[in-house]
Amino acid sequence: MKIADLNLNLAPLPAPFPLVRGEVCASEWSAVALTIAENHGRLVTLWGSDDRHGEAGHFVVSAVYAVENGTLLWLDLPLPDQQLNYPDIAGIFPYASHMQRAVADLLGLVAEGASDTRPWLNHGAWPMDYFPLRREFTGTEVRDWPAVTDYPFVSVAGDGVHEIAVGPVHAGIIEPGHFRFAVVGEKTLRLEERLGYTHKGIDKRFEHLPASEGYRLAGRVSGDSTVAYAWAYCMALEAVWNWQVPARALWLRALMLERERVANHLGDLGALGNDAAFGFGLSQFMRLKEDWLRLNKTLFGHRFMMDRIVPGGVAFDPDTAACAKITAQCDAIEAEVRELHAIYDDHAGLQDRFLTTGRVTTELANQLGLTGLAARASGVPRDVRIDFPAPPYDELAVNIACRNSGDVAARVAVRFDELLESLQLLRQIVRRLPDGAVIAAPDNGMPEGRGAGWVEGWRGGIFVALTVEKENRIRRCHCHDPSWQNWPVLEYAAIGNIVPDFPLINKSFNLSYSGHDR
Amino acid sequence: MWKILKRIAKTGIATETPPDLQKVGAGETAATQRIHDEILQILGRALTIREVDAGSCNGCELELNALNNVYYNLEGLGIKFVASPRHADLLLVTGPVSRNMALALQRTYDAIPEPKLVVAVGDCAINGGIFGESYATLGGVAKMLPVDHVIPGCPPEPIAILQGILTAVRYRLGTRAAADSAGHA
Ligand code: SF4
Repeated sequence: MKIADLNLNLAPLPAPFPLVRGEVCASEWSAVALTIAENHGRLVTLWGSDDRHGEAGHFVVSAVYAVENGTLLWLDLPLPDQQLNYPDIAGIFPYASHMQRAVADLLGLVAEGASDTRPWLNHGAWPMDYFPLRREFTGTEVRDWPAVTDYPFVSVAGDGVHEIAVGPVHAGIIEPGHFRFAVVGEKTLRLEERLGYTHKGIDKRFEHLPASEGYRLAGRVSGDSTVAYAWAYCMALEAVWNWQVPARALWLRALMLERERVANHLGDLGALGNDAAFGFGLSQFMRLKEDWLRLNKTLFGHRFMMDRIVPGGVAFDPDTAACAKITAQCDAIEAEVRELHAIYDDHAGLQDRFLTTGRVTTELANQLGLTGLAARASGVPRDVRIDFPAPPYDELAVNIACRNSGDVAARVAVRFDELLESLQLLRQIVRRLPDGAVIAAPDNGMPEGRGAGWVEGWRGGIFVALTVEKENRIRRCHCHDPSWQNWPVLEYAAIGNIVPDFPLINKSFNLSYSGHDR
Repeated sequence: MWKILKRIAKTGIATETPPDLQKVGAGETAATQRIHDEILQILGRALTIREVDAGSCNGCELELNALNNVYYNLEGLGIKFVASPRHADLLLVTGPVSRNMALALQRTYDAIPEPKLVVAVGDCAINGGIFGESYATLGGVAKMLPVDHVIPGCPPEPIAILQGILTAVRYRLGTRAAADSAGHA
């Protein structure tokens, strides 16, 4: 499909990848969605904003689609006459449902015709008529507010069917969320998730920060993806301010992004071993991860590299000795990972738990918009580094890691492949690192405007849509985590599996709660 | 199996001496033993911790998980994360307390038997951190629960968390000793 065929009035937006924006009316909103779906495009994210200025202006619902070869389409639907509803698109893209429910909670804008209109982020702990993203609220008002309320889960009835409720406080050291299993014996018939427990009002909080400082908050949307978020945020801001980032800084950002990927894959590979009762795997991989984080601390001054990507560049500059350390560590880790890979592959008990568990077929993955690492394990070869390459990825040939079986084994295999690929990329980055400054001063003032960032985090694509006002103010910042797409797929992956395999399936996706709840 | 054994032999023991006793220089065994003894003295058993993420960005959880790796070997010191609050002596809380988590946090606290300790881990748990206080978050844990000790950092590193846990336990030892001597007087 050509975007031109949509007959929309589109204008390019600043971003280091092809991005166009246009406005549509309510009838076009769902028609365009349908055309995009029919042509194998997909919804990247959906959010709402309050663009009322006194009596003027509108509420706006926005969606970003990935269409055609590497173009993103940003559509705004301004709602005229203080209207509070817009057409549902969850009938076309099922994974829009949670996003639409979040828009309803935060802005009071309702997707008309949607089959599920239960609150999603608002658990009843603030009034149902309080919409934090509306202009009239500061986000900090607190009255005598209610406590959380019950949630109407969908119940499954039948002979021998019973429910298991898990969370929000889980058994281990993990983020909070609630799972409701309907089971027969040990077999899962249905799983329903309830998220939103870690909702901390990040979207509203952005409005209280100078745009030049927002990267710190963006870097804390999901702690395990701090590099990817901070980069996506800075990418958006730099696009708006037409800020030219030095080449060396861009390469160093990629260096950190790959290091973040490696750290998380090391952790997950250990945890996946552990969830299959193979404690050896956990202790070995956690040791490697600790070595990795310690070198981060030495080189970047922070174990997770928080606040090291800053608007205009990066906040450190490695010397030759530091580069040599990175290469040496890549070599050492590669040797160890290869050895552990062979052990995982040989281990009958482990493979028995991994193979065919938590399957997501390619067809289902496409239907449900699965994205990132999990999608690649289900035969959907998508990777922002390849499909929407912003510098330096336009110069780095990334080999995509893909599997077709869509089970836990496939997600483990993809992690191994990506880990090794990242080590290869890291060595390449260090070798080809351009000379020069690592940060540029802004020389174009701080104009208003909108821009976007799009980065392949270790979990999947992280998208940031940013609208900046004059005087360094954030009008709206929307951060999208790939978990929005992937959490609903987990509900399907669990079906037909035994409950004791759920931790393993869950871990193989390792989705973000905080990134989703925001 | 052979490969696994080979790997284990090659890795050897990677555990490091615990933090605040390194300066004692009495060697690892002695240091570990001392921490053990202190914990036993205070609690009469191993120290068990229930962790609750009350709205964290997950950065603090990553570091808490790292405490269980072989370098820090938390369990080797007699400190253990447990699944049930009823088995716990200490509640570790991370994150700015989100309103959606407040009830679950309160219930977890209530389920922990007395005497119990509360430790707030990370800047968010101390005062809401970068997320502050809003319609969605209460801010620091102290807004809800009596906090015995705080561990600053974003996120605090594993060593700092370990030190903080030990300090909280010692603090309890101190207050108990004070209470005991008051009783004798
Ligand atoms: S202190 Fe930092 S790492 Fe910990 S939850 Fe808060 S933002 Fe995340």
